[in-house]
Amino acid sequence: MSILIDATTTVIVQGITGREGGFHTEQMQSIGTKVVAGTSPGKGGTTHLGVPVFNTVADAVKATGATASGIFVPAPFAADAIMEAAAAGITLIVCITEGIPIQDMIRVKSFLRDYPAARLLGANCPGLITPGEAKIGIIPQRITRPGSIGLVSRSGTLTYEVGSALSAAGMGQSTIVGIGGDPVLGLTFRDVLELFEKDEATKQVVIIGEIGGSDEEHAAELLARGSRLKAVAFISGRTAPEGKRMGHAGAIISGNRGTAKSKEEAFRKAGIPVAETTDDIVGLLR
Amino acid sequence: MKLLEYQAKDVLTSLGISVPPGMVARTPDEAAAAASKLGPVAVKAQVPVGGRGKAGGIKLARTPEEARRAAEQIIGMDIKGFKVPLVYCEAALDIEREIYLGFAVDRDARANILMLSAKGGMDIELVAEESPESIARLYPNPWRGPLDFELTQLVYDAGLGELARPIGALIKKLYRAIPDYDALTAEINPLVVTKSGEVVAGDAKVEIDDNAAWRRKDLEQRYGALIEGDPYEVEAKKRGLTYVSLDGDIGIIGNGAGLCMSTLDLVQRAGGRAANFCDIGGGAKAEVVENALAVILMNPRVKGVLINVFGGITRGDEVAKGVVTARDNLKMKLPLVVRLSGTREEEGREILRRSGIEPGVNAWEAAQKIVELSSPLVGRSGPKGREGAA
Repeated sequence: MSILIDATTTVIVQGITGREGGFHTEQMQSIGTKVVAGTSPGKGGTTHLGVPVFNTVADAVKATGATASGIFVPAPFAADAIMEAAAAGITLIVCITEGIPIQDMIRVKSFLRDYPAARLLGANCPGLITPGEAKIGIIPQRITRPGSIGLVSRSGTLTYEVGSALSAAGMGQSTIVGIGGDPVLGLTFRDVLELFEKDEATKQVVIIGEIGGSDEEHAAELLARGSRLKAVAFISGRTAPEGKRMGHAGAIISGNRGTAKSKEEAFRKAGIPVAETTDDIVGLLR
Repeated sequence: MKLLEYQAKDVLTSLGISVPPGMVARTPDEAAAAASKLGPVAVKAQVPVGGRGKAGGIKLARTPEEARRAAEQIIGMDIKGFKVPLVYCEAALDIEREIYLGFAVDRDARANILMLSAKGGMDIELVAEESPESIARLYPNPWRGPLDFELTQLVYDAGLGELARPIGALIKKLYRAIPDYDALTAEINPLVVTKSGEVVAGDAKVEIDDNAAWRRKDLEQRYGALIEGDPYEVEAKKRGLTYVSLDGDIGIIGNGAGLCMSTLDLVQRAGGRAANFCDIGGGAKAEVVENALAVILMNPRVKGVLINVFGGITRGDEVAKGVVTARDNLKMKLPLVVRLSGTREEEGREILRRSGIEPGVNAWEAAQKIVELSSPLVGRSGPKGREGAA
């Protein structure tokens, strides 16, 4: 079991003929992901990486019945690609693209209210992987192993770092979800934790947060209300100064809001141990 | 990109919002000339941060001579790390009342929020804490903007009913900053009602989304070069790198913002302090690594460099080659610790070893090592162990 994606999920890749899209489609296929189609306007009717290419997502969905999509198109076209997927009936939209203007994402969020069945992951995220089954995005399979830990993170590379430490310690993962580092994004920590809560295969969760916003605090509030999951949290950016955007568009402390301290305190108050370094996470889960 | 006040007012003017007459002055003489044209003026430091009034960056001048003296004091002053490059001399207003009006991105709501309050002139966050009920709020639909009836409600909610018409019209103009300029913040505080009943923007804050730079090239040209920020950040931006300046002495290169941030945290935990960091992102090629190292080393405070790369897409051997080439090309003599992990990590480590760079085992040990190696150069006693860390 897992959340959001498994070996049966049928996936299309938006931007499959691009360099990044093509490279990661091959990676996704190599671990068994059911990539059933790709889209690239003007290239409909061709075949790429062994799958049919369509001009639009609607055409691809009509022909293949795909339910999930991975988006690898450049930032100027990404917001439209998300809305196109939702309108075509895709229910899991994973947007890897970095650098989408915030106002575009605000319009996307408003648009998605008309498509309640569509879940958006990202943008500016590494995607998700259910080890041994399937993935959408760029999380490398080799840092994972199947198991019962749910991992949810705002950061790509820290996800790899922690996933690889867990796997090396023999602690497998049910699903790894990278929610992304943008200030306006799709699924939040809270949304993903609610899914893990309902997934019987998930016994423990690891939450990798960072400075900025208050999604970590909201996640802590949710867990404080009672959860069957044993949780461990880690927050990066403890030493970040106020007012500096620390690489991710969303990683910024404004005044006294969004600090690592506030997030760590929220988790501790909810009875959730906070790891001092990523290396400590394994020990806290034992 | 945070605009300076006079640039933000330029934006407001383009949207049809009234601002007081004003002139930019780069020298005390120019400030005096401005005052002789405009009459009594406020001489205001132009920096992209708040709190300049408290820092002594705003002075009233009744005569050209006073304006000259004010400009002498303010130009070149340091306000929260920004050296004041110029002042804006603005005609003083005959103030009847002050109102707060602003758009911002509400991260929790994933939407733009419009706030209006009769308590203008104060920090809105303070108002929000002390009397949240005095702030009227509206989340305009991002596809169509605020509607007339929504604005009427907002203005009455804020207790400004008698100004419903002029303020409603003004909000519609200010809202255009979002679709027309990709503004993340567009704030007028105070919005001044003058004794003669005019509604004028007393101050203005506009921040434009850097992610939208590709469709706002004109703004970058018009406003970008004028903001004198950190020179290293400016240089890094020219080279297309994600770079952040900090105030310690260890340079950090990593891939991914989260990994960079956690590396800074580890360095501090080990007893050091980061001078800066550069995120080389995914799929970093040798020339990107070299470019990053070159920018990191521009800052003379840097006394050692820690490179922490965990490969998803990034290939370890590419990074290693880049590090070796960069070190040799830049004739770098400072301590360098490299922690590589991920795709082709063994090949990467081998390349480093052959070139006399010892690869770190994990991030924490690598952080301790760079603190240890750079300590003699900065007069620090040495790294803190795990037990000694705060």
